[in-house]
Amino acid sequence: MSSSKWPVVAALTALLAVGVSACGSGDESASGAGGGELSGAIRIDGSSTVAPLTEAIAEQFQADNPDVRVTVGTSGTGGGFEKFCAGETDISDASRAIEPEEAEACKKAGIGYEDVHVATDALTVMVNNQNPVTCLTVDQLNAVWGPDSEISDWNEIPGLEADYGEELALYGPGTDSGTFDYFTDEINGEEGATRKDYNNVGENDNATVTGVEGSPGGMGYAGYSYYIENEARLKALEVDAGKGCVAPSVETAQDGTYAPLSRPLFVYPSKEALKKPEVRGFVDYYLENATGVAEGVGFIPLTQAQLEESQAAAAKAGA
Amino acid sequence: MLEAQSARYGEKAIEGLLAVCAILSVLTTTGIVLSLIGPTIGFFEVVPIGDFLFGSDWTPQFEPPGFGVLAIVVGTLSVTLWGMLFAIPVGLGAAIYLSEYARPRVRRTVKPVLEILAGIPTVAIGFFAVSFILPEVIQPLWPGEFLGGAEGRPFMALAAGLGIGLMIVPIIASISEDAMSAVPRGLREGAYALGATRAKVAVRVVFPAALSGIAASIVLAISRAIGETMIVVLAAGSTPNATFNPVEAIQAMTAYIATTATGDISTGSLDYKSVFAVGTVLFLMTLAMNVLSIRLVRRYREVYE
Amino acid sequence: MSPRNRLAAAGARATTRAMLRDQPRGDVIRNAAFAGLLLLAVLIALAGLFALIVQAFAKGSSALSPDLLTNPPSTAFPDKAGFRPAIGGSLELIAGVILFVVPVGIGAALYLEEYANEERWWNRLIEVNIQNLAAVPSIIYGILGLAFVVRGPLDLGFILAAGSMTLALLVLPMVIIAAREAIRAVPDSIRQGSLALGATRWQTIRRQVLPASIPGIATGVILAVSRALGETAPLLLVGATVFVTFDPTPFGADGYSALPVQIFNYAVRPQEEFQALAAAGIIVMLAVLLAMNSFAIWLRNRYEQRW
Repeated sequence: MSSSKWPVVAALTALLAVGVSACGSGDESASGAGGGELSGAIRIDGSSTVAPLTEAIAEQFQADNPDVRVTVGTSGTGGGFEKFCAGETDISDASRAIEPEEAEACKKAGIGYEDVHVATDALTVMVNNQNPVTCLTVDQLNAVWGPDSEISDWNEIPGLEADYGEELALYGPGTDSGTFDYFTDEINGEEGATRKDYNNVGENDNATVTGVEGSPGGMGYAGYSYYIENEARLKALEVDAGKGCVAPSVETAQDGTYAPLSRPLFVYPSKEALKKPEVRGFVDYYLENATGVAEGVGFIPLTQAQLEESQAAAAKAGA
Repeated sequence: MLEAQSARYGEKAIEGLLAVCAILSVLTTTGIVLSLIGPTIGFFEVVPIGDFLFGSDWTPQFEPPGFGVLAIVVGTLSVTLWGMLFAIPVGLGAAIYLSEYARPRVRRTVKPVLEILAGIPTVAIGFFAVSFILPEVIQPLWPGEFLGGAEGRPFMALAAGLGIGLMIVPIIASISEDAMSAVPRGLREGAYALGATRAKVAVRVVFPAALSGIAASIVLAISRAIGETMIVVLAAGSTPNATFNPVEAIQAMTAYIATTATGDISTGSLDYKSVFAVGTVLFLMTLAMNVLSIRLVRRYREVYE
Repeated sequence: MSPRNRLAAAGARATTRAMLRDQPRGDVIRNAAFAGLLLLAVLIALAGLFALIVQAFAKGSSALSPDLLTNPPSTAFPDKAGFRPAIGGSLELIAGVILFVVPVGIGAALYLEEYANEERWWNRLIEVNIQNLAAVPSIIYGILGLAFVVRGPLDLGFILAAGSMTLALLVLPMVIIAAREAIRAVPDSIRQGSLALGATRWQTIRRQVLPASIPGIATGVILAVSRALGETAPLLLVGATVFVTFDPTPFGADGYSALPVQIFNYAVRPQEEFQALAAAGIIVMLAVLLAMNSFAIWLRNRYEQRW
């Protein structure tokens, strides 16, 4: 074994490292030569609910503009705003409106923004196909999901007309998600207020579907896309917020009658970022294509009126 | 060791450089301790340690928050228990077979296969656990409503436990087999000469002689099981639940750290610090197991040398 | 031999034969059952591995195609989705790991084997440290990376180089331990012969010990690297973003991805196509790991020197 192996090994290692990084690196030419050749990088982070829509749009955008690099993170709505208000991201995905503390932080850091409504989600309460119940009021939902709830059987739900003696099996999303925040806020009156003994599915909303499907007394809540993908396997409850039972659907979410569980989904571009032509281009592209892509990823598309409002907001932010 | 006659300055410099490389390991440990300590102390400034150790619910993001870590510690231990119940018989059985019964050709085929098993990434095992073990093995075979029944459950401690068990079988098998091979042939041959059967030799002579090595392998396996993340994230669930019931979903400490630290919490918040507090508990638990296992290994090595 | 001794010998022979041949029925069955149980244990372990691989193929075969390696990930079009940036990211990550772990690991091993006086407490401390670090859970390394590499003193941000460093720290103890064994296997006579001829310690190491231990070290490095390739948990904490469609760069601030992280992300999505993609990704990863480990074993067998 001669010592001439050394340089070979070293050279191969170096070659491997250099070769791989050479393949990967592209140059970052800042703004493209005027006239349509967009390039640069766009950093997006935030809600994991909105992310699939943003990702789908980003894919198509990058196909049309190959010199732009878009990354979409899923740190959650809150985590996304934190990075956004620290200037680390260009656009924040959000499944709820920005909160006062977060707005304060952005103001302190000098980050200006505008909330752009890009789609609507209809948070759906799902039950097992065998379940005869078709509608629950907000109060009944609160009775089941509230922090002090001790209801363990469907027949214990106050004011229930149907007779269904099955044991309750509850499934809900992770506590990091905007879905959780929104549901607890609307149904239980306070974000984070919920009974403790439900099956927490964490990142894996699909588990809500499997869980409810497999338990006769199952009840779970998740975004509309999870219901729509699995329509045959589950039943969506109608929700009565005081004006009658309303089922979740594209129409009822768009006109707001599916209350209180229809929620707007936003992207928040920063004013700073909008100065970059690639970000400007992306936001415009987003709005142009959002209505087309939304249903594909399981969301409710904007109405024409909502779309125009959003486009105005985006224009204002970039001004 | 003979010292070279002509010492050069370069020699000292090189020795120093190499020492620096070695010291990096100490720095890493210091780094780990430092990165955990600050936020953990900050955490305990807000949450009384009694609540942490004895509180009943681990619900840091609910309103009002609960910080009883027992729920996720029990979750981790539950998965570890089911994993060990699978891995100890299978691992030891394989070790005894390879050491006392197998012909050389069989050994040469089985040992590499076990090494392959050891190298499977945990995300693959987790995926296997949740998409195959849970629906195709546990749910069909589970007796009816026993302990609540296995139907309709997307996550299960047992599924994650079996996945972890599969992951640690190679650890137990290979270290135990090493320990058994270290038992001098003389002991075996003496027993055979007295008329003992192979089974008797394996169980009554070799096994007790290799006991500290076997114990070391089990302790090491427990430590690995406690520290495992991906399998529990994929198969055990996110519901903190202080139960050893195999069909229920639980949340392990590692899963809590992984899902919370990548999710939606602001740095500096109490949630964020809770991640580090749990990390500290995890680090201390595995450290204790590792120290124990090293002691045991040293003991079995010493016996015959 | 006297007639008495002959009789005694015959008697002993007969007794032994009787003991060994005519075992009580119960014993024979028990022995066979025991052996059977042991074999069962081995078969269960093998069956588990087999089932895992077969299931990955069964689930992932629909998604297997060359596209997997060349296409970027896709949310909107799962049938066109691929793992390209994730594979690129993983390759760059392990290139970084190798660059760090080879010099530092070999350096530390050389120090501990050739220079360190075992009596000194600080050297024993280093040894104990390395053994402990080898068994610290990988997610704790993720915390370490988050606190010191991504933020903290190095403050590199969520870039690929940070992920590389974190993984490197994770596998460093393994490399040190393997390198030490390889160096230790070189017989002392080689060293002493070299020193007797007037070489300095470093010359001895550089020209005799190190070249002889390279195959063992290389095997250790490859095994450590295959461990790094499959690690997910630490990367989740140091920012391996999941959705990147372009090829990542080591210091690029635009985010990066890695193969096991991408598999994880697909695995938690409900649609069947993503489940198939996750399984297909697992097949790709297993294939790469198998290739690497086979290479390591070949290397060890080919170049192993018997002293």
